[in-house]
Amino acid sequence: MKVIVAVKRVVDYNVKIRVKADKTGVELSNVKMSMNPFDEIGVEEAVRLKEAGVASEVVAVSIGPAQAQETIRTALAMGADRGILIKTDEEVQPLAVAKLLKAVVEAEAPQIVILGKQAIDDDSNQTGQMLAALLGWAQGTFASKVALGDGKATVTREVDGGLQTVELKLPAVVTTDLRLNEPRYASLPNIMKAKKKPIDEKTPADLGVDIAPRLKTLKVEEPPKRQAGRKVASVEELVQALKNEAGVI
Amino acid sequence: MTDRDTLAQLVDTVRRYVRERLVPLEAEVAETDRIPEQVRREMAEMGLFGMSIPETYGGLGLDMQAEVEIVRELGWASPAFRSLIGTNNGLGSQGLLIDGSEEQKREWLPRIASGELIASFCLTEPEAGSDAASLKTRAVRDGEDYVLNGTKRFITNAPTAGVFTVMARTDPNNKGAGGISAFIVDARTPGISLGRPNVKMGQKGAHICDVIFEDARVPARNIIGGREGQGFKTAMKVLDRGRLHISALCCGTAERLIHESVTFALERRQFGQPIGEFQLIQAMLADSRTEAFAALAMVRETARRFDAGEKIATDAACCKYFASEMVGRVADRAVQIHGGSGYIADYPVERFYRDVRIFRLYEGTSQIQQIVIGRAMLREARGG
Ligand SMILES: Cc1cc2nc3c(=O)[nH]c(=O)nc-3n(C[C@H](O)[C@H](O)[C@H](O)COP(=O)(O)OP(=O)(O)OC[C@H]3O[C@@H](n4cnc5c(N)ncnc54)[C@H](O)[C@@H]3O)c2cc1C
Ligand SMILES: Cc1cc2nc3c(=O)[nH]c(=O)nc-3n(C[C@H](O)[C@H](O)[C@H](O)COP(=O)(O)OP(=O)(O)OC[C@H]3O[C@@H](n4cnc5c(N)ncnc54)[C@H](O)[C@@H]3O)c2cc1C
Repeated sequence: MKVIVAVKRVVDYNVKIRVKADKTGVELSNVKMSMNPFDEIGVEEAVRLKEAGVASEVVAVSIGPAQAQETIRTALAMGADRGILIKTDEEVQPLAVAKLLKAVVEAEAPQIVILGKQAIDDDSNQTGQMLAALLGWAQGTFASKVALGDGKATVTREVDGGLQTVELKLPAVVTTDLRLNEPRYASLPNIMKAKKKPIDEKTPADLGVDIAPRLKTLKVEEPPKRQAGRKVASVEELVQALKNEAGVI
Repeated sequence: MTDRDTLAQLVDTVRRYVRERLVPLEAEVAETDRIPEQVRREMAEMGLFGMSIPETYGGLGLDMQAEVEIVRELGWASPAFRSLIGTNNGLGSQGLLIDGSEEQKREWLPRIASGELIASFCLTEPEAGSDAASLKTRAVRDGEDYVLNGTKRFITNAPTAGVFTVMARTDPNNKGAGGISAFIVDARTPGISLGRPNVKMGQKGAHICDVIFEDARVPARNIIGGREGQGFKTAMKVLDRGRLHISALCCGTAERLIHESVTFALERRQFGQPIGEFQLIQAMLADSRTEAFAALAMVRETARRFDAGEKIATDAACCKYFASEMVGRVADRAVQIHGGSGYIADYPVERFYRDVRIFRLYEGTSQIQQIVIGRAMLREARGG
């Protein structure tokens, strides 16, 4: 069984994000970039499926600039077999990503596509769902457990009220949540070996996909500074404050 | 040479592992005097035991420039973690690698590279420290074996070692370096016993002890280089790489100490402002940053020339001398910037202050580095 994992190059989770002076976006120059943490969980899950003998091949796909190759290399070092880079310097929004992935899926015919539930840069939480819709496949989002059986996948989902378990007919799309697994650190020998694994390079045009943005970003701003906390003298005062000042009850 | 992209990825992975996994374990390791077995396994899986061993023998085959970058990352956490993988990459394997026979390399290096065997290096003795060439441990030829007798002191990782590189005197008539041979010795050899681990000032979790040889029989084919009298030369060749390795470690640890210092200076307020605003604090920070930068530049430059095949023995001694003294000063300032808190075990700088003290002592004390450098200068001035 073939597994495709989508891996996105994003600002490293340790970086303190700064908004550009002209408010068109966040500062990306000279900022450390790495694999979206949810995608790392996706790669880990795929590699575990391979190690368990369930998956036969793991293909890591990234969409982005030439440097997204580094992100694919990280996936290869973790154990993916080969990579596909869809190279573009344009802004790619979730719908465009889903369309590009659909084209890859049609060419590769995997049984399962694993994505992060969201990317930590714009937190859209859309790509997996859009891909499933475009493909007409079943989807198991926010997965905290994935078990593959005969032609089906049992996915435990983290929903607001607790855990929900769904059974999906394969092929299917799964998006990962934090508790699905703890991704490994790539071993140094595997990083060296990953150099020799193939990465196929394509462009959106090769795949015949129109990636023109459908949404326009008007302005990006820092969140407002948090106010200092305050001590209250009694429960009554707390309730009053929550009701009248914070307006939360 | 290790290509740049791959090196960046190696460094990045080790950095993450060190900061996410090892740093949170520092206090536990210091308290229990033990590195968890799980960490040893992880470090083995990552390939850290075989960084300097060629790929043909199961290692990563990193060049010196790559090794110093990775060791610098390891320096960010308690140096005890680095000590665990130190001897396999350094003194414990390099002698074999530089002067060993093909058969010896194939027999031992793959298990050293994988971390299956811990390799220790036995040079120092109770009466032979800086003057290592005066060592007394004897190796006497007896048929197909050598019989070893003597005591080795302060041997890093000896309590868990699977194999020792042992320096012993094969020629009793030659009291100097030329009478010494190096042997590769299976730690299970009958006649080898270990002393109790010494209680050290710092680096809890890393262990040293005496290794005692009483009629320990070592097959004659285990002599490194195949003939007698080469051992001390082998040991000296190993030291170049080892000195750069330690220097890189000092750079990494200095950077951690500076990070702790700046963080504290921004948070701690006295006289109505963060102490970092005081120029006297800034002066200490600036001195530390400048010295750490200088050491790193020295280490990188010397590693580059080492990889280019140049003779760097004197410069490696300069690096070790400067970097180890530098990190001592940086640690002292870090404690100073922390005020009374710097003296209290709740703060990592208290521990690092003790941990870094060893760097001025082993693999040649600072005085020995000065002597090595000074003698070389005179030799050069005399034209050879
Ligand atoms: C934690 C630790 C780990 C170690 N690991 C190992 C190991 O794995 N393998 C190993 O073989 N050894 C190891 N050693 C031993 C270490 O290499 C020696 O301690 C070191 O070489 C110094 O020798 P010494 O302790 O005998 O001091 P000495 O040589 O007795 O030195 C005492 C003082 O005299 C000074 N001195 C000596 N000679 C001169 C001179 N000619 N001119 C000026 N000053 C001089 C020294 O600089 C020092 O200040 C370890 C030691 C420690 C503490
Ligand atoms: C073992 C021990 C025993 C002690 N015993 C006692 C005791 O019995 N009784 C008692 O009352 N206290 C005691 N103390 C507290 C001790 O006196 C203080 O730790 C010391 O005065 C430093 O204060 P601090 O730790 O708050 O550091 P801080 O005052 O926060 O200093 C941090 C750093 O900032 C520097 N700094 C601060 N202000 C300035 C400035 N204006 N310009 C430039 N640099 C500045 C300091 O020199 C230091 O480097 C003890 C402390 C220890 C560690």
